[in-house]
Amino acid sequence: MTKLNALWDLVVVGGGNAALCAAIEAAELGASVVILEGAPRDYRGGNSRHTRNFRCMHQGPLSVLTDIYEEEEYFDDLLRVTKGETDEHLARLAIRTSESCLPWMEKQGVRFQPSLSGTLSLSRTNAFFLGGGKALVNAYYNRAADLGVTVIYEAQVTHVDIQDGVFSGVTCDIAGVTQLIEGKSVVLASGGFQADLEWLARAWGPAAKNFLIRGTPYNRGVVLKDMIDQGAETVGDPTQCHAVAIDGRAPKYDGGIVTRLDCVPFSIVVNRDGQRFYDEGEDVWPKRYAIWGRLVAAQPDQVAYSIIDTKSIDAFMPSVFPPIQADTIEGLGQKLGISGTVLKSTVEAFNAACQEGMFHGNELDGLTTKGLTPSKTNWARPITQAPFYGYELRPGVTFTYLGLKVDETARVTGAGGRMKNVWAVGEIMAGSILGQGYLAGFGMTIGTVFGRIAGKEAAAHVL
Amino acid sequence: MSYEIPILPKSNTLAEARRQVEICNACRYCEGYCAVFPAITRQRAFADGDLTQLANLCHNCQGCYHACQYTAPHEFALNLPGILADVRQESWDEYAWPQAFAGSFQRRGTPIALALVVGLALLFALVTALPATDGLGFYAFVSHSLMIAIFAPAFLAPMVAIGVGLRRYWCAVGGQPIRFAHLRHAVSAVATMRNLGGGQGQGCNFEDGDRFSNKRRIAHQLVMYGFLLCFAATSSATLMHYLLDIQAPYEIFSLPKLLGLTGGLMMSVGALWLVMLKRRADRKLGSVRAWGGEMAFVLLLGLTGFTGLWLYAATGTPLVAPLLALHLGAVLTFFLITPYSKMVHGFYRLAALVRDAQSIT
Repeated sequence: MTKLNALWDLVVVGGGNAALCAAIEAAELGASVVILEGAPRDYRGGNSRHTRNFRCMHQGPLSVLTDIYEEEEYFDDLLRVTKGETDEHLARLAIRTSESCLPWMEKQGVRFQPSLSGTLSLSRTNAFFLGGGKALVNAYYNRAADLGVTVIYEAQVTHVDIQDGVFSGVTCDIAGVTQLIEGKSVVLASGGFQADLEWLARAWGPAAKNFLIRGTPYNRGVVLKDMIDQGAETVGDPTQCHAVAIDGRAPKYDGGIVTRLDCVPFSIVVNRDGQRFYDEGEDVWPKRYAIWGRLVAAQPDQVAYSIIDTKSIDAFMPSVFPPIQADTIEGLGQKLGISGTVLKSTVEAFNAACQEGMFHGNELDGLTTKGLTPSKTNWARPITQAPFYGYELRPGVTFTYLGLKVDETARVTGAGGRMKNVWAVGEIMAGSILGQGYLAGFGMTIGTVFGRIAGKEAAAHVL
Repeated sequence: MSYEIPILPKSNTLAEARRQVEICNACRYCEGYCAVFPAITRQRAFADGDLTQLANLCHNCQGCYHACQYTAPHEFALNLPGILADVRQESWDEYAWPQAFAGSFQRRGTPIALALVVGLALLFALVTALPATDGLGFYAFVSHSLMIAIFAPAFLAPMVAIGVGLRRYWCAVGGQPIRFAHLRHAVSAVATMRNLGGGQGQGCNFEDGDRFSNKRRIAHQLVMYGFLLCFAATSSATLMHYLLDIQAPYEIFSLPKLLGLTGGLMMSVGALWLVMLKRRADRKLGSVRAWGGEMAFVLLLGLTGFTGLWLYAATGTPLVAPLLALHLGAVLTFFLITPYSKMVHGFYRLAALVRDAQSIT
């Protein structure tokens, strides 16, 4: 701990993917680097530990990636999900640079594997980490250790000291002791504020208290708020977060990938009052799962129930919690804690509206209801074969959009213009590029690209 | 060393393994590490036999543990290599024949040490009590026919016991008729210890936290190939004795000597290396309650190899008699406890790989 008194070339706040990329780049150039990770070692890595792939442009087969995925197509994909809520200059920079990042990542010890079973649709665009995001995080921590980077766990930064646009140090709680850690430059990589339920509740209303947080409980936005209070420019809608519908029995925090439910398109979804509220078969699930977080959030008590019968139980990937099961629809309703009688009449109305036709689980099959509101426009098969199954759905928050505005060097702008030695990377600035929606694996792209840029910029600034 | 080792009832171990495997099946991030995860994704529900098969297919490379976002203190508290090691241990107990010996030498080092003492004492008694024969070399102490009388049953009886166990295993995991392709798949996996390769040849996690290395894989192969060479040495000597009527002792440039010396050296070095690596590994990622038995078993293997080499080096000295007793005692103990010790893992793992080949093809 004595080394903490040193004047560091670079102080990195946060310990996820973007933080590590910045630390490694700076250390490779000879800078002395300290990483202040708020989580204990077991939970290090922020939300990166839950990720699984990296969306990567490539003009020919690259590592595990097949075919080509060029800038225009990548950018079009981004435009589609963000509905234009992006900064084209920064977005194209991230996309173009992603291609050279993949070999760099491999050089640092990150390993990739072919697309996981059930995700073949991503084999062209997304390179999957062997073992997932935690394995990537482990590889980077090992690399950082080899480069002599100092890592302090359970180091919660409470204040970033900036005078007239110049950074001089951070105030940090380490194991209950407040310390001042001084540095010549700082990279802020401490994530969004989605784990701060009070903050979410201020933005979303009291309903947010019922949200589940899919990722790390350590992203409480303390540094983000401190920077905003100091006049740093922000970007992104402060009231919005990315939420998907997940299993209602998931842990409050850190449930990660296994809490997702892929049953919605093959089910009917009812709210607490036993009523349907949206077209479950609007499109294939990878294109619809993101809107269901909001749909469920808008229902009373922020809860919904997905109901299927035996015909559909094997139509989707298994989830971590077994479904609630009953031999009658009424019994299922009671077990789920909603009115069995109302559920029965909802199911009967749905069944009566189903039409004859061929069911195809893997594509839009046009099997639609007739005369039902809201209609179900694909995969509408009557729910008739016992046993019946039900899953509770709740909104699971992945990340928040509000962030620090940065330029193409990842530098933060304050009231007095561009700050001299303050950079922001990862989720704390991702709203600059991803202002709405989500594109699988793009968060890791933003983190890697801008983490590397910031690390190099910071090293160049101090050395 | 205490004999009071708590053992969860079998159903608890299997229930816990099922809970963990179902979480893995909903995640699938580890698909690229080894054969276990693709096998998991081929199923939706896991019967006891399925879990037994997964447990014996697991080579304990520990890659999935270090990559896992759900290890303790997370409430899901996953430790797949640990729980599969426990299921594996229990499956060997369940299929052991005769049942009375189940688990006797698997978990604790003390019974292995006691068995060794008995084995050694027996051989010492033989060597000292018997009058010198007119044979050459070792046969001057123990005649060829006496050696055969002791070691033929000591080798064949355990083989029968293992055969019975494997048959029970095969039924439990729903094995089908074996084709050449299945064997080829399994043997090639064993020959390269593919499942300790981490999926891309980077090796496994064992002696150095979440860093990968091939040290354990290489050490294991040294022991395995060393053992096979020693076995080949004995077999070649047997053939030379009976078919060619060439009697021991053999010259240094003879097949038995070349195979035996190389094999003995590999076994000794490999076993010592494994012991050193195992001391640095995290016990909770294996079967915690079997650590002592595993360690003692590796030491016994090393001792077998080392005493063989020493015996050769001592040729013509007065040490031959005691070293012969030491070596043969170790070999005898090793053979007799094989079906009930860690050694049995090799047979079940091969069976699991054959079974796995059947589900892939």
